[in-house]
Amino acid sequence: MSTATLISTTEFCTWHQVEHTFIHSLSEAGLIEITLIDQDEFIHETQLQRLEKMVRLHHELEINLAGIEAITHLLDRVEAMHQEMRLLKNRLRLYERD
Amino acid sequence: MAFIDYYKILGLDKNASDKDIKAAYRKLARQYHPDLIPNDPEANKKFQQINEANEVLSDPEKRKKYDKYGEHWQHGEEHEQYARQQQQNRQQYGGGQYSGFGGGFGQGFESFENFGDGGDFSDFFQQMFGGSGGRTRGQAKYRGQDFTAELHLSLREAAETHKQTLTVNGKQIRITIPAGVENGQTIKIAGHGGPGSNGGPAGDLYITFAIANDPYFKRSGADLYVNIKTDLYTAVLGGEITIDTLTGKVKLKVAAGTQNGTKVKLKGKGFPVYKKDGEFGDLYLTYEVQLPTNITEKQRELFTQLAESEKVK
Repeated sequence: MSTATLISTTEFCTWHQVEHTFIHSLSEAGLIEITLIDQDEFIHETQLQRLEKMVRLHHELEINLAGIEAITHLLDRVEAMHQEMRLLKNRLRLYERD
Repeated sequence: MAFIDYYKILGLDKNASDKDIKAAYRKLARQYHPDLIPNDPEANKKFQQINEANEVLSDPEKRKKYDKYGEHWQHGEEHEQYARQQQQNRQQYGGGQYSGFGGGFGQGFESFENFGDGGDFSDFFQQMFGGSGGRTRGQAKYRGQDFTAELHLSLREAAETHKQTLTVNGKQIRITIPAGVENGQTIKIAGHGGPGSNGGPAGDLYITFAIANDPYFKRSGADLYVNIKTDLYTAVLGGEITIDTLTGKVKLKVAAGTQNGTKVKLKGKGFPVYKKDGEFGDLYLTYEVQLPTNITEKQRELFTQLAESEKVK
């Protein structure tokens, strides 16, 4: 099995100076997914930016887990709304004269 | 270069305690943090100011020096130069007991040099403190500023995966633009924003695509729409027309009795689907039947005969 797109949680925690328990709490809250291979824990590369953002919210703004959970859901909704708005704007262009 | 009032930025007065500074910083940082307000250059700028103010006021040594010179910081530099000149004179002419402006200013500003370099703090900060963050151990690392840029493409450029070289803050970045990008869509180029402070990571570069309307095609998602003008005779009797698609010309049969406004779908002849290789939307044609205007006397007679024949049907 290829692990090229997986990042060890130990490596992540060392690099970002965060506790393993923090990552586990995020996983338990369903905010990230931890992959277990031969007793080693990994996170998928596609989740890295999301996870780093949560670490920043925690460290720089001292936001607790419940706060991170709420903020993440709200930011996801904002992003979805932005996408919908863009789609609707582009549809409107069909009826606009140049 | 204008003086920056760090107390004002944090909404504090000069007697603010460390606790007040920390509380004010936390409150404003939560309001303007780039992770909470992505793609907002104004909020980003504000956050940088808050960060810089905190960098100075939360460090007792920097705060002391900032308070000492305050808005007269530029004169502080002049005095420092003067003091250096005096020092040189003393050395050159054997010196005396006179100490002039020495000590304070000279010593103070020299010690600012120890604060490292890099980062994206203001010119005021750079000049006063000789660099940016990295002052103390355990100091929080901050991400660099996110940059935003707009890239203008024609509809036909957006239909093909291609490379473009952008110049962002003097650096050339070569990016691949995947076919099918939408107007207003933003892509992130990680690590190509401003440099981080205190060893923090660089910010990201956000590129928003502005796709110009095409004079021929209209686009909705991956589907394209085009109006096809056809003459009355082809519409009534049927025939063959040639139309332009994104991938070239296509011959199309027009059914006899085609009504004005009739829509025809050409499957797979639309726009490429973003990041789905080989998938395309559809091309929708709408027939616009053009009625003849300046008809000849002979044609008028023929149309009259046609009209009469309709009555006796």
